[in-house]
Amino acid sequence: MSTPSNEDFSIVPDGHSSRGRLERILRRGEFAVTAELNPPDSADPNEVFERGAIFDGWVDGINATDGSGANCHMSSVGICALLLRAGYAPVMQISCRYRNRIAIQGDVLGAAAMGVNNILCLTGDGVQAGDQPGAKPVFDLDSMSLLETVRIMRDEGQFLSGRAITSPPHVFLGAAINPFAPPYDFRPLRLKKKIEAGAQFVQSQYCFDLGMLRTYMQRVRDLGLEKQCYIMIGVGPLASARAAKWIRSNVPGVHIPDSIVQRLEGAQNQKLEGKNICIETMQEIREMAGVSGIHVMAYRQEELVSEIVHESGVLKGRRPWKRELNLIDIAAAQGPAAGNNA
Amino acid sequence: MVFAPKSQPTAYQPSGVSVPGRQRRRYSVRLWSVRHSRLFELVYNTLAEVLLKLHPLWNLLGYHRIERPIVAIESAVKGFLFDCRMCGRCALSDTGMSCPMNCPKSLRNGPCGGVRANGHCEVEPEMPCVWVEAWNGSRQMKSGDNILKVQKPLDQSLRGSSAWLRATAERAAKDQAVKAPAP
Repeated sequence: MSTPSNEDFSIVPDGHSSRGRLERILRRGEFAVTAELNPPDSADPNEVFERGAIFDGWVDGINATDGSGANCHMSSVGICALLLRAGYAPVMQISCRYRNRIAIQGDVLGAAAMGVNNILCLTGDGVQAGDQPGAKPVFDLDSMSLLETVRIMRDEGQFLSGRAITSPPHVFLGAAINPFAPPYDFRPLRLKKKIEAGAQFVQSQYCFDLGMLRTYMQRVRDLGLEKQCYIMIGVGPLASARAAKWIRSNVPGVHIPDSIVQRLEGAQNQKLEGKNICIETMQEIREMAGVSGIHVMAYRQEELVSEIVHESGVLKGRRPWKRELNLIDIAAAQGPAAGNNA
Repeated sequence: MVFAPKSQPTAYQPSGVSVPGRQRRRYSVRLWSVRHSRLFELVYNTLAEVLLKLHPLWNLLGYHRIERPIVAIESAVKGFLFDCRMCGRCALSDTGMSCPMNCPKSLRNGPCGGVRANGHCEVEPEMPCVWVEAWNGSRQMKSGDNILKVQKPLDQSLRGSSAWLRATAERAAKDQAVKAPAP
């Protein structure tokens, strides 16, 4: 089973917002898988191609982060442009940390013109979390007003000022959720607010606590939100108990219960145990009512993504789009550029 | 990733208040105000009515002429009670009487995903999250569900101006429009 090969990706199908594959898969009711690309600290395009190729054939979308953790990396627009060249379906993340509304609206148009179909609207970590804490925090918009801004650009064909856009950006709009941070009662309502602002799909923070997720999803279903928005849950393998402890005390918004840390500590091969925990979590999430997909964030363990997706069986035999190698690619791979990375 | 140690000041410098100054204050007045959000909701509604009743007077004096004295009063009162930053577009009654401009990311639509398990801020670990407070405050208020409204991006050109006068003038204009609909 694979995506129909006769699909026309040059048009926006009726009822869709974008031309993209990710939106088509979610709207068909398939369980979608996306993964996060570790952005390179480099100006070499091959680093992006290589990091994208790791996911080839296993994911329906690749998230291009926008200065993840407030650290400086290649820009999300740049990564998306490169991924598009290779045919992948990037999810462009936009954070409000260091761009004001003028810059952001310009980037949205530029990205859509290059063929970006999916945009994920984020507030972004505070600059204190990153490698340059002395930077000026901008936060002109927040994730909510960013969502609304892009929705207005797309649906009403105008900038925030009301000035007309001649050809609006056809993008599928996403947002982030974190069911694992206080105030817990407000979180499902905040999702509702994001849907009102324009969110069509959401990707969650890392899930290591299924009990908490179940409570959250129950509230979400009570509010009927899963019918208005595709909910994708974030997962990722923990490399060791030490890494788990470091993440939970240093990365904002990640909740890792003690039981997970103890299970890792008790394992002979902690890395393998981390992978197993991730797979088990995915299998539980796959069967949870109202969940439309998985978002895999395997930071610095990207090579595990294909195994994890395969072994968890969440795709149930479906094969996401895979790049077909043609003669030009082979020639390019044998060209001088390949030598740089040997 | 590199993280700033606690002893170093964070990049976030709220206007007019130094980091040690903020730590000394412990945000006690602001937190007290949020705990009494129901009371302040009443006070605020009354104040809005009074200001609206006085609209003819403001009009006579000229809104632009009374702007400066009112700004002085407004910033003193709201600065003391809510740590107001004079954004010019007051959202207090929609945010559980917890001023969203105290959020280091100046979020106006709810908490970010970085709130710590103890309900404190991601950026300033000593400070209770403005939006956790806002949510609790809103639960005590009659119109607490206003917290679910999507707030428009802030008009930065309004910074430092009187939100009280603007809201009054806007409401008066709206009432006028209802009374005498345009032909």
